[in-house]
Amino acid sequence: MKTDKPAPTAEQSFDEKGKETYVLRLYVTGLTARSQRAIANIKMICEEHLHGRYDLEVIDIYQHPALAKGEQILAAPTLIKKLPLPLRSFIGDLSNTERVLLGLDLRVRKR
Amino acid sequence: MAKERAKAPRIGLSKTPTGIQGLDEIIGGGLPTGRPTLICGAAGCGKTLFATEFLVRGATQYNEPGVFMSFEETTEELTENVASLGFDLDHLVASKLLLLDYVRVERSEIQDTGEYDLEGLFIRLEYAIDSIGARRVVLDTIESLFSGLPNPLILRAELRRLFRWLKDKGMTTIITGEKGENSLTRQGLEEYVSDCVIFLDHRVTDQLSTRRMRVVKYRGSTHGTNEYPFLIEDQGISVLPITSIGLNHPITTRRISTGIPRLDTMFSGKGYFKGGSILLSGTAGTGKTSVAASFIQAACRRSERCIFFSFEESQLQIVRNMSSIGIDLEPWVKKGLLRFYAERPSVYGLETHLMTMYRKIIEFKPAVVVVDPITNFIHAGDPLDVKSMLTRLIDFLKMNQITTLFTTLTSSGKDLEQSEVDVSSLADTWLLLRSIEIGGERNRGLYILKSRGMAHSNQIREFLLTDHGITLLDVYFGAAGVLTGSARLAQESMEKEAELVHQQEVTFRKINLGCKQKAVEAQIAALHAELEAASAEMKKLSDQEKEREKRLARERDAIVRMRKADRNPEGGKRK
Repeated sequence: MKTDKPAPTAEQSFDEKGKETYVLRLYVTGLTARSQRAIANIKMICEEHLHGRYDLEVIDIYQHPALAKGEQILAAPTLIKKLPLPLRSFIGDLSNTERVLLGLDLRVRKR
Repeated sequence: MAKERAKAPRIGLSKTPTGIQGLDEIIGGGLPTGRPTLICGAAGCGKTLFATEFLVRGATQYNEPGVFMSFEETTEELTENVASLGFDLDHLVASKLLLLDYVRVERSEIQDTGEYDLEGLFIRLEYAIDSIGARRVVLDTIESLFSGLPNPLILRAELRRLFRWLKDKGMTTIITGEKGENSLTRQGLEEYVSDCVIFLDHRVTDQLSTRRMRVVKYRGSTHGTNEYPFLIEDQGISVLPITSIGLNHPITTRRISTGIPRLDTMFSGKGYFKGGSILLSGTAGTGKTSVAASFIQAACRRSERCIFFSFEESQLQIVRNMSSIGIDLEPWVKKGLLRFYAERPSVYGLETHLMTMYRKIIEFKPAVVVVDPITNFIHAGDPLDVKSMLTRLIDFLKMNQITTLFTTLTSSGKDLEQSEVDVSSLADTWLLLRSIEIGGERNRGLYILKSRGMAHSNQIREFLLTDHGITLLDVYFGAAGVLTGSARLAQESMEKEAELVHQQEVTFRKINLGCKQKAVEAQIAALHAELEAASAEMKKLSDQEKEREKRLARERDAIVRMRKADRNPEGGKRK
């Protein structure tokens, strides 16, 4: 991870209400339409569901190609949920909100 | 050559040598430079190894750095796996000649949330390529993406773009693909990679495996179209072209001794042709190995290197057994002129045997090779394969001017003049050893069935294993037919006796005749004496007669004078 601030550990990621802080990294490729769509989508989701308890960083892998290997980036855009565990990645422009919420464990699966 | 013909009209199609032994020969120089090549085959056929060797050889032999992008094995696994083949990936990575990148695709960790592209992969690849200045790229096995990523339609389009992009970057690329049900690859990658496709196969027949490869297509180049057996061994992949070697061996008229003086005599006094192939066939226990050992000993005495491939006996066993007939091979082994390779034929498939033999021969550069016996290969493959393998071996040896002696066992019920594995047509010289059964014993006989290009004896020789090597004897051939062994000895002593009797008779008769001669001579002497006596008598008689006449005349005169009757006494009465 080549971000300026150290990534919060699992213990630190709990806030006062006992809810976890989400650490999200979105890897995009330049300012393509798809990248922008993905950025817009994740921002919207975070604001709506994780207000105040998320740490989102958008990284342009064109600028940091070395990161692609370390983070196992294959597709673009890719969103990686670093915390809470388990690590999970989302590929695509995040336009399927339902799936994103499911993957972020923000929605209980319908039985 | 095909290579040049293909090259001349299209200057554009340059080739990148793979460095894989034997492969570049088949594909006329190498893989198409700057284009992707598909290597496909079932699991375990050697795709990853093929790809790895391509990069390793590129890095070490052609100074072309390479990127290995693995979708299946982690870099650690890959490094460990190929270390057994002598490839030190860590070293290559450290010297910036190789870059390994493991792409982890775990379906369970990936959520599909909409449209995507593989730009991440492109960037990774580009970054990898640029960081070491790569000329070669391997994607192993990119089809894993299909199980890891959603939306095959996007994936297909992206792969097509990836291959195009690699081509534009001028990367000589190997893409591996798992064999599909009815297609070369599961995901039909062959549709996208259309420049060169090589298919690897791993077949098991009679519990012995043989790896084969076939160039399915190679756009813009001629290539061998056969299935070529290949091996994976301690130095990587080796491909063995069966047919690429033509019938154009260099030849020589030099001759070398067989190690058995009388046998040399049978080949007009000079022995075998150097670089020829000699087949030695015979039933069990006729002394095939001994003849072979004699040949080896003679070669070692000329300070020539020899390899003895034994598929029946161990080295120690051969050395011991041969020393019992006065052929001591041990010193030559110690001197480094003779090497033994003893192996059971069933331990490997035929191709592995062939390759091992090639290796040993290339390594040791012998002048003489003995294979004892080739018949045992039957256990390692069907006769057709055995013949094909031996053909290649003999061709290879002839190309290298190596004199080869093969022994083959003929089972007793069969026609002697037919070698079990039907390689007689490959042999330039064929010696047949047989046992001759007469008078309740077996004896060994040897004759030359054929010997191309030289005058040779048509006689059967009796063949003796003595404690000072092999001796050939004339067989007794007389009124009673061909005799060998004790029958020959009996016949010989009988003849000796008859001769003796005859001699005695002659002497006796000589003495007899001598006596007779003497008797006649005595008679002649007696007669002579008689004759002399007779002639003496005769003289005496005529003298007496003369004397008498004289006396008579005197007496008459005296009477006349006494009578005085006549005055003319002389008147015609005197004589």
